[in-house]
Formats: sequence, structure tokens, C-alpha cells
Amino acid sequence: MSSMAKIRPAGAGRGRVINAILINGALAFICLLWIIPTVGLLVSSFRDRSDITTSGWWTIFPHQEYKTSRQIQLTAGLPLDQPLQVEGQTVTDDQLRAGFKLPDGSKLIWSNRRARTIDVQTQQWTANANFTTSNYQNVLLGQQFTFTQEDGSTKTEQGENMVNSFINSLTVTIPATVIPILIAAFAAYAFAWMRFPGRKFLFAMVVGLLVVPSQVALIPLLRAFSGLEISGTYLALWLVHTGFGLSLATYLLYNYISGLPREILEAAFIDGASPFTIFLVLILPLSVPALASFAIFQFMWVWNDYLNALIFLGPNPDTAVVTIKLASLVGSRGQDWHLLTAGAFISMLLPLAVFFALQRYFVRGLMAGSVKG
Amino acid sequence: MIQQTREAEVKSAPLPNDQNWSPRQFLIALAALAVVLALMVVGFLYLKGSRGASMFNAVVAIIWGVGGVAALFYTANMLIESLNLKWRNALRPFLFFLPGVAILFLFLTVPTLLTLYQSFFNQDSTRFVGLDNYIATFTDRSMQESFRNNLFWLFLGTGFCVVLGLLIAVLADRSKFETVAKAIIFMPMAISLVGASVIWRFIYAYNPADQEQIGLQNAILVAVGLEPQTWLTLQPWNNLFLILVMIWGSTGFAMVLLSAALKGVPGELIEAARVDGATELQGFFNIVIPYIQGTILTVTTTIAIGTLKIFDQVYVMTGGQFGTSVVGTEFYRQFFTNRNFGYGAAIAIVLFIAISPVLVYNLRQLNKQEGF
Repeated sequence: MSSMAKIRPAGAGRGRVINAILINGALAFICLLWIIPTVGLLVSSFRDRSDITTSGWWTIFPHQEYKTSRQIQLTAGLPLDQPLQVEGQTVTDDQLRAGFKLPDGSKLIWSNRRARTIDVQTQQWTANANFTTSNYQNVLLGQQFTFTQEDGSTKTEQGENMVNSFINSLTVTIPATVIPILIAAFAAYAFAWMRFPGRKFLFAMVVGLLVVPSQVALIPLLRAFSGLEISGTYLALWLVHTGFGLSLATYLLYNYISGLPREILEAAFIDGASPFTIFLVLILPLSVPALASFAIFQFMWVWNDYLNALIFLGPNPDTAVVTIKLASLVGSRGQDWHLLTAGAFISMLLPLAVFFALQRYFVRGLMAGSVKG
Repeated sequence: MIQQTREAEVKSAPLPNDQNWSPRQFLIALAALAVVLALMVVGFLYLKGSRGASMFNAVVAIIWGVGGVAALFYTANMLIESLNLKWRNALRPFLFFLPGVAILFLFLTVPTLLTLYQSFFNQDSTRFVGLDNYIATFTDRSMQESFRNNLFWLFLGTGFCVVLGLLIAVLADRSKFETVAKAIIFMPMAISLVGASVIWRFIYAYNPADQEQIGLQNAILVAVGLEPQTWLTLQPWNNLFLILVMIWGSTGFAMVLLSAALKGVPGELIEAARVDGATELQGFFNIVIPYIQGTILTVTTTIAIGTLKIFDQVYVMTGGQFGTSVVGTEFYRQFFTNRNFGYGAAIAIVLFIAISPVLVYNLRQLNKQEGF
């Protein structure tokens, strides 16, 4: 790649500088748009539960807000059906309800209309930087939590026990990632380096199945699993993900294994090694980059999968994986943003970590497997 | 040519005992294979019964699945190696490809055919109804709405992803901050559609006008003096807001692939165009775009298939209500909520038919490939 010249804009001197500013400016703007949703979620997940629902997450940054600086006490029982004289201004009751701006920028607003007290508010710099980790405790753990409500009373709530879902997701994901790799590697080796009847037809089947939507297989599979009494178990999900991931795995590994240098394999054959030994000792170690690419791809796919988990595991909270748990939180606690934001971030944690640590492999797998639907 | 040499290699390999088979080895291998199979069945029965959440079961599953598959391969190979040369060479490929092919056949090919068969039957598959389910698929009001929405998804979603992805790829290619920018745009790919749904539900969140807005979109609206809106029930625009989530998620995919393709465009080509007096834009549209059209096609079809199959985020964000249903959510509703297997099957087959041109194209490309 490095030998290819970068496409550089034409022009010299000042034109180039202006170009660079325009390009970087546009790019920065798009990147900002792209990252704001995730930042908002992350920031909110650390805010106090009542703060989240009463002010935007962006108020953690310094901003100007009207704050009460002093109070004015009017004569008790003063009639409100005619304009009042306050601070040398003539204001009506309605204006005091909505807030009346004074020439100096401060604002008059009823503090307690019945007691005839008025707040004088001025714009002040402020930031709602009041962070907590209790949202994470509430959503991760299963025990009871007591918190103080806005009116001062306390309330006890059951935690959401998302740790459990996290373990469930691992239980589903690890076998569903490793099993298809092994089976696919054998098949890819056969397609790449062996001759057998029906090879062309069978490989065409592998390629054809790459884009088949899983929906066409769901109904018969669910019925078959119910017959075998394994629907609702992890086993069902492992089998489904193995079946659905296998065509991509075989295709991806075939592309890689068929490109390995022939000389190495020839030398091994001449030394009298059997194909099985060659596969174990040569092919597998040489294919590690391709195996890793697919492993990451399949890991993300299975971890983030919702439809298959919904159909084959069902809504049972004991077996729910993180996507199911999060979706059910949206359904049952749709306005409890302190739980939703923390829960969503927990569900994203592992894929994001894998993504940033192994981005190179992920991109490579994506390019090799971009035929999958 | 290549194929012939490969075959010759296998046959000329000088292996010990090549002519005759050894009955003793054969029996040992057979016994080992039987033991492995028996253990796999025991493991299956154990896993079938395990429903609770535990890392122990995950470990058992890995040993059962990975170890079992490896042991099956190993013992089956022992069995084959104990045979004489002729049988050995004839059977060996099957050991390697048969497990994978058999699983694909059982989990995708056969179920697809069964779904096709069921689509001609009534809801519990007891009575043949001919094409009734397909007629219903194209005449039901709710299905028509889904088709209309899916067309929005197909054209708006795919179009924006590809155009934006290309734009960002071009910008990033000329910037010093390429790596960081690409990581930021690409990052949503790692986030599940359910997670993305929560992120965007928060952006679209609505509070009544007399309260402070906590959703970014409504806060901006209020700041410029407009009324806050309940975006996700605002027909028909709510479809647009759902599609926006998908654009946010999938543009990174388009960008990464297109960016790699852009770097493959030879610099001399662009230089030559420039010497001939072409402007920057002319060079881009007449040289760069045709050069990377293969990648553009791949990216477009991949994202288009994704939009046709879309389910997760619609189901999580609106449940397919308020005029946002798509084929994926209708399939789920017929299949799960209404338990109408025939109708659900017909919808799945229609989805399959919509995607099948890509399948045909892929097979044609394969046919052109060397060695096949």
C-alpha cells in the first residue's frame, strides 16, 4: 500500500494550506457528529439518576444558567389582577409566571406566588458535574438498592443483575466462535488442496449460502430443536451460530489457505507427512491471521446478535444474553435512562475493547468477508 | 493444470504400508471412534439439560464442541489411515470437507427447502393452500407498509452509507488524522444494533415543552425556538430517524472498504489525467470512480442486503409500530406473535428472492475464478 502515491490536491502554497484546512475541518465536523451519540451515552451513564432526567448531559460542560441571586418579598395579599410595580418596572402576573427580563439581563420570576415572593435570577456560569458509579451498580448487580427520590422520600428497587447476562453472553459466544473455525478450517483445506467428486458443486453451495438470510432457516430449525427438546438452551444457539457462520468461515479460510505457497506443502509431502499431519503442523499455524480475522468477526457477530438469541433462547431472564437483557430493559424501563445508559455501555464494553485492540484483524476479515449479507 | 499437480502429489507421496491395510490398526481406530462418539452423545445429553448460567457449562461446551470435533477428526483419520492406499486416497477428502458441508446442508439448505415447502401450507402446516400466503404477502395492508418502508431503507440507507463512506474515505485519505478519523467513524460497527438503538433513543428522547429537554435533537429544536417533537412516533418521518441509526452504524463499513480501494488507485493514472488538464473533480469521477467500481458494487450489495434483513433496531426502538414495520419485523410478528408459520415462511421466501440476485452474481464471479 505504501508504494501507492497518496492522492494529493493540486495547487501550491496558500491554496494547499486552505485545502488542508477545509479537508481537516470537514473531517473533524463529521467525526464530531459521529462520536457525539456515544459520548452522550457514556457521560449520562455516570450522572446521577435524577440529573439525567432533568437536564441534558451537555450541561456537565460549563454553561450559563439563570440562578436565583436574591428574593423580593411583596406585600402579602397584593392583588394580582392588575400590573405590579417591582424594581421600578411594571409587570403582570403572567409575565412573572413565564419570567420577566430586566434591562440589566437578570430575570424576575415567581418563587412562591401565593406568598408573593419573587426570585431575581441572574445568568451565572455553572456545570452539573456530579458523577456517580451507582447506575452501574444498580444495573450490574442483583441485590436491592435504596435511593432518595426528588421529593426526599426513599425507595427500594431490585438491581438488574446484568453480570449474569454478561456471563451468559460469554457462554454463548466462546463456543459459537471456536467450533465453526475448526470445522471450517478442515473444509477449507479440502477445497483448496484436495480433489474429490462434487468439489466444485459443494463449494458453490458454500458461496451461495453466504448471502442466504437466516430468516429462511429459522422456522424449520426452531421446530426441529423443539422436537429434540433443546430449544431454549445454549446448545441450540451454539449449533445455529455454527451453522450460520460456517459458510463465511469456510469461504474466508479457503481464500487464505489456497493462497499459501505450494512449495511448503510439496516439501512436506515429499517428506512423507500425511495430509492430516500437514494440516495440523503446517496449515493451521500458517493460517493464524485468517483464523484470527474470522474469530473476531464471528465474536462480534454472535455477541451483538439479537434475533437468533430472541428466537432460540427465548425471554427467560436466567439465560438472557446482554442484547436480550438490554432490549427488555428498553421495554420495561424505557424512561429509566440511568439504567439504560449504563446497561448499553456494559453491553458494548467487550466488543469495543476487542475492536480497539485488534482493529487490524477485524478490518482484514471484513474485507475478505464482505460478501456476507 | 494446477489441479493435476496437486492430485499427483497426493498419489506419489511415499507412505509406509501403502499397499495393504492392517486389521489391527483398523479395529483400534474403530473402537476409538466409537468411544469418541459415545462421549459426544453423553456431552450432548448433559448440555441439553443445562439451562442455568455458568462458566462451567461454557467450559464443558468448549471441550464438547471443540475437543469433540477435534477428536472425531483425529479418530476418523486413524481409521482412514489404516485402510489400503486406494481407499485411503478415496476417502480422505471426505474426512476433511464432509463435516462442514453436512452442517451447512442441515442448518441452511434443508431448512430453506422446508421453509419453501411450508410457505404453501396454512398456519400450522396441516392444509395445502397453494399461493394464498404469497397473495396475502403482497396484498395485506401491513405488508405493503413494510415493503414501502423497506424500500426507504434500501435506497436511503444504502445510498447515504455508500456516498458518505466514499466522501469520508476521500477526506481521510488527504488528512494527517486519517487513522483517528477512521477509527471514530468505524467504531459503531462494534456496537450491537440493540446498543445503537438505546444510544439513539436517548438522542430522540422527548420531554413535554415546559420541561428541560434531555434528548439532543429536541434540545436543539427548543434552542432555536421550535416545539419539541416525539420523533419516533412522528409518521412518516420516524422511518428516517430509524434509518439514521443504521447510517451511523454502517457508514464505517463502507468507508473502510472504499478507503482500501482508493489507496489501490495508481498515482500515475491521476497524474496523467492532471497533465491532460483534467480538474480534481473530473479526475475523481472519470478515473478514480471507475477504478474502484468493483469495491463500490461489493459495498453497495452488502449494505443493501443488510437493509433488506433489518430487524433488531426497528424491533427495539418502535416494535414496528407507528408505521415503521419492515419485512423483518413482519416476519417475526407472523412467525412468533401470530404463530402463522405458513405466512411467516412465505415472507422469508420473499426476502430470499429479493436477495437472490446477489447470490447469482456471487456464483457467476466464482465461476470466472481460476481453479473452479
